[in-house]
Amino acid sequence: MPRITVTVDGIKYEEDVEPRLLLVHLLRERLGKTGTPIGCDTSNCGACTVMLDGKSAKSCSVLAVQADGRDVVTIEGLGANGDLHPMQRAFHEEHALQCGYCTPGMVMAAIDLLRDDPDPSEETIRHGLEGNLCRCTGYCNIVRAVRRGAQEMGQAVNTP
Amino acid sequence: MSVQEVGRPRRRKEDARLLTGRTRWTDNLTRPGLLHVMFLRSPMAHAAISRVDVSGARGLPGVVAAFSGQDFAAEQGSLPCAWPRAADTVIPEHPPMAVSGVRYVGEAVACVVATDRYRAADALEAIEIDYEPLPAVLDMERALAGDSPKVHETGNRAFDFTSTHGDVEAAFRDAPVVIDRTYVQQRLIPNAMEPRSVLCDTDGETYTMWSATQIPHILKVMLAMVTGVPEHTLRVIAPDVGGGFGSKLQVTPEEVLCLLLARKLGRPVKWTESRSEGNLTVHHGRDQIQRIRLAADADGRVRGLQVRLLADMGAYLALLTPAVPLLGAQMFNAIYKMDAYEFACTGVFTTKMPTDAYRGAGRPEATFGIERIMDELAAELRMDPLEVRRRNWIRQEEFPYTTISGLTYDSGNYEAATDRATALFGYDKLRAEQADRRDKGDPVQLGIGVSTYTEMCGLAPSRWFGSNNAGAGGWEHGSVRVLPTGKVEVITGSTPHGQGHVTAWSQIAADALGVPFEDVSVLYGDTAIAPKGLDTYGSRSLTIGGIAVLKACEKVRDKARRLAAHLLECSPDDIEFEAGAFRVRGTESQKTLQELALAAFTGHDLPEGVEARLDSDATFDPENFSFPHGTHLCAVEVDTETGMVRIRSYVAVDDVGKVVNPLIVDGQIHGGIAQGVAQALFEEAVYDADGNLLTTTMADYLLPSAADLPDFTLDRTESPATSNPLGVKGVGEAGTIASTPAVVNAIVDALRPYGVNDVRMPCTPERVWRALGAEGVRR
Ligand code: FES
Ligand code: FES
Repeated sequence: MPRITVTVDGIKYEEDVEPRLLLVHLLRERLGKTGTPIGCDTSNCGACTVMLDGKSAKSCSVLAVQADGRDVVTIEGLGANGDLHPMQRAFHEEHALQCGYCTPGMVMAAIDLLRDDPDPSEETIRHGLEGNLCRCTGYCNIVRAVRRGAQEMGQAVNTP
Repeated sequence: MSVQEVGRPRRRKEDARLLTGRTRWTDNLTRPGLLHVMFLRSPMAHAAISRVDVSGARGLPGVVAAFSGQDFAAEQGSLPCAWPRAADTVIPEHPPMAVSGVRYVGEAVACVVATDRYRAADALEAIEIDYEPLPAVLDMERALAGDSPKVHETGNRAFDFTSTHGDVEAAFRDAPVVIDRTYVQQRLIPNAMEPRSVLCDTDGETYTMWSATQIPHILKVMLAMVTGVPEHTLRVIAPDVGGGFGSKLQVTPEEVLCLLLARKLGRPVKWTESRSEGNLTVHHGRDQIQRIRLAADADGRVRGLQVRLLADMGAYLALLTPAVPLLGAQMFNAIYKMDAYEFACTGVFTTKMPTDAYRGAGRPEATFGIERIMDELAAELRMDPLEVRRRNWIRQEEFPYTTISGLTYDSGNYEAATDRATALFGYDKLRAEQADRRDKGDPVQLGIGVSTYTEMCGLAPSRWFGSNNAGAGGWEHGSVRVLPTGKVEVITGSTPHGQGHVTAWSQIAADALGVPFEDVSVLYGDTAIAPKGLDTYGSRSLTIGGIAVLKACEKVRDKARRLAAHLLECSPDDIEFEAGAFRVRGTESQKTLQELALAAFTGHDLPEGVEARLDSDATFDPENFSFPHGTHLCAVEVDTETGMVRIRSYVAVDDVGKVVNPLIVDGQIHGGIAQGVAQALFEEAVYDADGNLLTTTMADYLLPSAADLPDFTLDRTESPATSNPLGVKGVGEAGTIASTPAVVNAIVDALRPYGVNDVRMPCTPERVWRALGAEGVRR
């Protein structure tokens, strides 16, 4: 079994993994990182989105061995010193979650979106989140939250 | 005076752990020695099973056990159907694991239990099964023909139900206008984002089941009844549950089988479905053919309505399968007055996944039918669709109003909601633009869709359930304890899965007890902690469960008042309650709730008849449903060259009575509208001619993403419900019920000049383009 070294939320792990083990299963079942959920088996829903070396990735479509030597940040490692990340706070303020199952992936995708465009329009947000499905909110408040998150992360946001 | 909590847009208490990944989804949970279960599922829609051999799986690495249906036959019982509303309902045997035959693709036929899920999946491949194929039964109309192959020996008819109100024949005789339409409610897959998951553990005597369910209380009773495991040895926990929309209002084969596996093996077992497995085996929704006839006078007044439904049950009757279409029985007449109404429904067995409750359950189907045909009436008479509705709806001064189907609508104001909606929408301006585009022959036409819906929700009156042959009632339970330190615990029988009960119940209790919102916690979802309850569905949580909490708070207040009077040496009548303190009227002498909670805890000096601890509980069972209503308006642009539909604007003005938390209410409406729009434009479960489900993944079954939906403009009007003391009405299903016909009416409205009077859902570009036919292209 290949041995990999992977940093998850700031902690370094050494694990022997079957080549077929998915990163999301490594996180959830081996490392106890259950904050990242699974919503599908075809890479459509985005619930499992994490940051892999600073870029969002669907952890259900990455093999654990592919994460060897890389840095993973999950929703559990996002806030610093027990504080919420501004995007998490924005989701709370705008009531952008109901059941919360899509939320970890949605927050990760939203942060990633701002890397490309720190000042996204509603249109850009809607298209940028296309790979993340939510069944509860109808997305209205998620869009609002992303705009607010962008603002709070120190970026100006176009007024509509 | 402290600020009133009810009515405030409180941010949710639930969010913190959901936002930081400290969640308790069932699949997150583990137990020492946990084993993983995987099911082998039928690839055949209809077949006899001639041989099952699981021995190849036994012995493989990591495999602890493998079983076939035969191994469960003696103990698995038959899955329950709790609401055979029609007297002649046929309830076929429904084994959790198929023993002698299968009736839909996806039915469980064997299982493997292994040390991890990868090994369990590997071992499934070593199981051998021989099937003798039988003909699939897929089309409802053909299924009812005498020569159809049979799904069950008793035939393909599950029930016939009819109700008649008024003289239908007279209403249709010589009617100047009769509209006759057939609409299809396609089959949908609920797709809650959290897949189902079950974990069952045992200590040899008792069983604890964690399940991603909406109904831990009902599940506990049903598990006991189905398997004979004594009820008092069962504990069911619904931890964090990631959405339900009715799909987790079920007693599933997998829940029963996990309980039996834990019993057989004496070890904890867990099963979590994949999405593809879920699309096959989570109950589906809708699936009706609706033949609707409407008779009217020349001025648009509706005389009578006749509805004949065929409702696809799928292969078996699951928990509420036959009751779902019949929830529409009293709803097709909607907000309209008429002389006569007849409703008839036949439930049909097919070799597909059973259908059951999906957001709205029976009421979206009914609302769609009536709101579509009201538009057809308007078109026939060349009237504005709002005007035709105005001429028929119950006027504000007529409430309370007993409808033709026998429900009494307690309150409502259709005029107010419609006026507000048309103003926000810019109705007249959009109509002018529409006329302009029509004149110009613009290839992109504008359509305006109207839906003035109501629904019966807050599924309770136990009496009503009883008189309609349901297996249970509809009450709800709440209890409240003021702890010795003055903090408050609320226990509710209403089990949330994303709605925000903790926040809303905290607001209700904070007001009722005069304590800070932050000082209230809410416990739920565990039959050992919240032993009484009937759970969450049918937009009933607030109107039933929330009121039970309020009533329990009132009882606590009474108890506190008696204790205060005793300690302050006056009569309870002289005590007034304000902002969490009990004061002797006209004096400064008082006891706070905290002081009284401590006194009730020590028990040192309690008056006669007052027991220790400041707590109480209550059940609530209303006399009537609640009837939210509203006006939804949708503007679409339809590209007549490509068939592409774009929602340009969507306005929803809803009357859900008094609002406890406007943030939560708007969220429910947003999500509800999105699901209704999804039915109109995107979603459909498709089976091929052999009965294979083609839409097993999210790549094939199109759930809308943010890019597929517009922003929705919301507002509210308010006519308080009279059936509960807070004046609240349900809100969970309203958006879904209202929006589907609004969108389809808009599309048809855009295409009327092309002679189009219907487009089958989902209204994909291809369907729209085909509906336009050659004429659209020629123009
Ligand atoms: S679980 Fe990874 S995309 Fe759905
Ligand atoms: S909040 Fe439930 S799926 Fe997004």
